[in-house]
Amino acid sequence: MNSRIGYIAFNTFREAVRDRVLYNLIAFALLLSGAAILVGEISIDIERLVVVNLGLTAVSLFGVVIAIFIGIGLVSKEIDKRTLYTVLSRPVRRWEFVVGKFLGLTGTLLVNTFVMAIGVLLALRYIAHGFEKMDGWVLVALYFIVLQFLIVCALTLFFSTFSTPLLSAVFTFALFVIGSLAGDLRGFAAIAPGVGGWLATVTCYLVPNFSAFNVINQVAHGDAIPGRLILYNSLYALLYSTMAIAGAVLIFQRRNLK
Amino acid sequence: MAAIEILDLEKSYLVGFWRKRPRLALRPLRLTIEEGEVFGFLGPNGAGKTTTLKLLTGLVFPTAGTARILGMDMDNPRVKSQIGFLPEQPYFYDHLSARELLNYYGQLSGMPAKGRSARVEQMLARVGLSDSAGIQLRKFSKGMLQRVGLAQAILHDPKLVFLDEPMSGLDPMGRREVRDLIQQLRHDGKTVFFSTHILSDAEALCDRVGVICQGELRGVGAVADLTSGTQGKIEIIFYAQKVPVGLTNLGAGASVSGDMVNAILAEDQQDAALEVLRRERLKVISLNPVRSSLEEYYIQKLRPVEAERAENRKGVGV
Repeated sequence: MNSRIGYIAFNTFREAVRDRVLYNLIAFALLLSGAAILVGEISIDIERLVVVNLGLTAVSLFGVVIAIFIGIGLVSKEIDKRTLYTVLSRPVRRWEFVVGKFLGLTGTLLVNTFVMAIGVLLALRYIAHGFEKMDGWVLVALYFIVLQFLIVCALTLFFSTFSTPLLSAVFTFALFVIGSLAGDLRGFAAIAPGVGGWLATVTCYLVPNFSAFNVINQVAHGDAIPGRLILYNSLYALLYSTMAIAGAVLIFQRRNLK
Repeated sequence: MAAIEILDLEKSYLVGFWRKRPRLALRPLRLTIEEGEVFGFLGPNGAGKTTTLKLLTGLVFPTAGTARILGMDMDNPRVKSQIGFLPEQPYFYDHLSARELLNYYGQLSGMPAKGRSARVEQMLARVGLSDSAGIQLRKFSKGMLQRVGLAQAILHDPKLVFLDEPMSGLDPMGRREVRDLIQQLRHDGKTVFFSTHILSDAEALCDRVGVICQGELRGVGAVADLTSGTQGKIEIIFYAQKVPVGLTNLGAGASVSGDMVNAILAEDQQDAALEVLRRERLKVISLNPVRSSLEEYYIQKLRPVEAERAENRKGVGV
């Protein structure tokens, strides 16, 4: 990897850590341990289902919120505060800056998710007194959540290159919600007649299909995840985030830093 | 060789809700700055100084024209490893300490790991921040940030340094240190291009100055030439508690300060004035020709703009 990208990524990660972003882990730990203890007392035979559902949903939501809150300011904040001036007047290409920022944010989320994943697995072990073979699918669900983060990070960065932080947050969150309902939208597109159906179809293909990454319910029930889905989701996340980053680079390359 | 050759560089922004109305920030600018020169860019707020610096450092893109920096096209990525830039009122990553920030900028500038730390410490010492090097920048005062800004601008030993209002936010001591630093850069053979409002600094530091107003370069001149011309007047300072009548009769403009009088009068009245002072038995402290100042040159270059504004106001009034 280009060393300048690495330096920018590391600085982005360091900024997130020093701005106490990882403090969310404390809230996550409290939520999960509270839930595990409570579930152990009130639910019969469905402890695993509840802990996996709650744990993975929390991992996903915490991550998305962090991705949006940090991502929206990655470029726009640097322009507003003029920290970019002394970076881009050095031999740093604009695309290197964008990619470095993306990798820094992704790295922050990876570390965050890794710690939260350990929390989920510990809670699972606590209520089930051990691991079962089907718990392996929880790891696949976590992998899909990370893929989701890649797309969310890329989208926030994309919006951050031309929009205000508030609008970037609104756009990304709207896309996340619509994308999470993409499965239903696809169903609607298939049955809706005329312009409505056509619009739904176009929207389905434009917005990121986050519903395909949501296998939390399946793994909570111990259902297997097809290998084909793992491959498709990996390629889809890679392609979608690459396109969003490419878009961000294209816009940022032409932007005047007034 | 020219360090900077600005070839009709021009910048306009599209403004308005539909971004269709162009607003000219810099009219075609043609200017050459020689290697090793300290060049001062003077002008009022909004004159186009910062726009010019941003164009040259690649932060904004020209609408037309180009520039050659250190013999290379301004778009050439290699240019940036040879230049240093201090923006106006700089702001840095405040989660970092001064030492970490300089180290980060050193990495981005491609400085080899070996020797980078030593260079960082050297720069911190040079701007007087060695004692605060480990403190996060969010706890720094404006003046301290300005010092960090200066350190990062010269950290990688650039051949050409752009400084946008380098004295801004500094106390008199800090300003003195910046002046010394620019003198040192000149001594080291660096080219310095800086914008400033403070004419005395420009007069003390610059080889040449350019005056820009409303995006248009109004004039360029060597400071030595601009300030060497006499105005056909002399200034006499002598001990007295009131202005002698004989001197007033010669048409002298005089002011009394304590037991000293400062009188300015036409050069051809010098002998007559000295005769008056001798007759009155007054002790002369100094006699000097009145030299043109940079301030006069600056005001002279801006005067057409002021006249134009007054004309416009009159037009609106009608």
